[in-house]
Amino acid sequence: MKLIKAIIKPFKLEEVKDALSEIGVEGMTVSEVKGFGRQKGHTEIYRGSEYTVDFLPKVKIEIAIADDLVTKVIDAIVGASQTGKIGDGKIFILPVEEAVRIRTGEKGEEAL
Amino acid sequence: MRKLLASKTLAGVAPWKFLLLSATLLFTYAIPAHADNHEEAAPAAEEAPAEEEAGPVDDYQGLLDHQGEYAPAFDFFTTSMLWTCIAAALVFLMHLGFATLESGLCQQKNVVNVLFKNVFIISIGVITYAVCGFNTHYPGDFNGWFSWGSMIGDLNADGMDTWGYGGLSLAMTGFGDFIFQAMFAATGATIVSGAVAERVKLSSFMIFALVFVGFAYPVAGSWHWGGGVLASMDFKDFAGSTVVHAFGGFGALACVMVLGPRKGKYTENGIKPIPAHSFPLAAIGVFLLFFGWYGFNGGSVLSADPTYLGLVFTTTTLGATAGAIGAIAVSWGVLKKPDLSMALNGLLAGLVGITANADVIGVGGALAIGLIAGALVVGSIIFFDKIKIDDPVGAISVHGVCGIWGTVATAIFADGFDIIVQLKGALLVSVFAFVFSYAVFMILKMTLGVRVSEEEEERGLDISEHGQEAYGS
Repeated sequence: MKLIKAIIKPFKLEEVKDALSEIGVEGMTVSEVKGFGRQKGHTEIYRGSEYTVDFLPKVKIEIAIADDLVTKVIDAIVGASQTGKIGDGKIFILPVEEAVRIRTGEKGEEAL
Repeated sequence: MRKLLASKTLAGVAPWKFLLLSATLLFTYAIPAHADNHEEAAPAAEEAPAEEEAGPVDDYQGLLDHQGEYAPAFDFFTTSMLWTCIAAALVFLMHLGFATLESGLCQQKNVVNVLFKNVFIISIGVITYAVCGFNTHYPGDFNGWFSWGSMIGDLNADGMDTWGYGGLSLAMTGFGDFIFQAMFAATGATIVSGAVAERVKLSSFMIFALVFVGFAYPVAGSWHWGGGVLASMDFKDFAGSTVVHAFGGFGALACVMVLGPRKGKYTENGIKPIPAHSFPLAAIGVFLLFFGWYGFNGGSVLSADPTYLGLVFTTTTLGATAGAIGAIAVSWGVLKKPDLSMALNGLLAGLVGITANADVIGVGGALAIGLIAGALVVGSIIFFDKIKIDDPVGAISVHGVCGIWGTVATAIFADGFDIIVQLKGALLVSVFAFVFSYAVFMILKMTLGVRVSEEEEERGLDISEHGQEAYGS
């Protein structure tokens, strides 16, 4: 089992969700985050004074899936969220030691 | 009923036609019956005077009798008093405008504190005005500088609820006069609350507000509206550009100088802006203030005089809108991008500018005063930031600077006013407000302290002063 953490541009969320749906992934957790990488922030101005905003709004998607689906999921996310411009985001793949479905107590891949 | 309507015909007639016919017959039968009742009533009415039953006409006559010699003015008086009460309610609404504007322009962690101060100010403002403010503001015959007033009593007594109270220049009852002016009083302290937001100590501010509204405001006001020294000089301030706005604005300046800026605002690398947390709230606040201003200026006509009401509503609106345009033009030109907070301040600047003269200027004057006020306020806001006077809402610029502008502009754009007198009056009140506030705030600084600690400021006043959060999850 793997946990996929994908940080993408916020306006791409719907597209990514639809792409994942098409390959059979129905569950995910989404959070609104801020961050930056090579994409610089931007300048804002308030009452005559300028300031830089380094942290840009992003969306983080977390999906726990079976090992055999990892490649498909990554392809789907990249395909849906890529714009070709700086700031598209990153995907991290982490191993999952155990998973539990709270309602039934199922464990392992059954719980995903 | 449904079956009846569903059936195709009823005795050979379509059901709806049958119903319509029945209804018509019933109606025509009912009318003659009503006419019969009416005929029976008429003879009874003729007999009524003999029995002397009190009717509506007698009640109206009673009201006129109460007015005594002023009976012919009764209807205009009633309309005027009604307008005064509505105007008082509109000025009250400005406190909602202040509350939302200040909340919007401050950081999220200080919203509860800002709102709390606004609740306190309207309360203490109106109460002190009843306890001593009103009679200090309007002492009648006095030395022109100071006369301490007592608590208001029954302002309906001794004919004070008739036209005789104020005649054409003050077409309202004693209570109407009180409540309209009471709503103005609290706006002075509210101007200060925005400027000192996010770092002032609550208890010290409450003490300051008490004496600022309870003592300083009515005393300064008595110099003009109370018939004091400024009135003797033929000073003109229609609705309070000087006695309300410049008064509040320069009081704010003094407090901010004693208080100091918010932590981190002025760094070695320049100004680090602390942006508004909610522009929607700020915009709502400004539009509410604009709405309330119809009561502020419109009510200052002090009657329902159609000539002046129409003029004042128009000049007020033109002043406000020209102010917005002036601020937008200057801020966009100077600051690269159109700044919403400047546009909002521009609306208010125009309104403050027009407040001294709305009843004596024309359309061109209103536009000019508003436009210049809008341009002035942008320059003033940037100026005060440059000299490290931290004013989160621009109160000093909107009310102080534009208050003086509006007062002086009266002599420029209207006939019959002396610019030196206008300047003298504006400066007298502004300097008084400044010196009074500086002294009080200094005393508070040296005794109770006027500022929260650095940690409290960082955590936010909502948690440190109130133990509450504005937007609970």
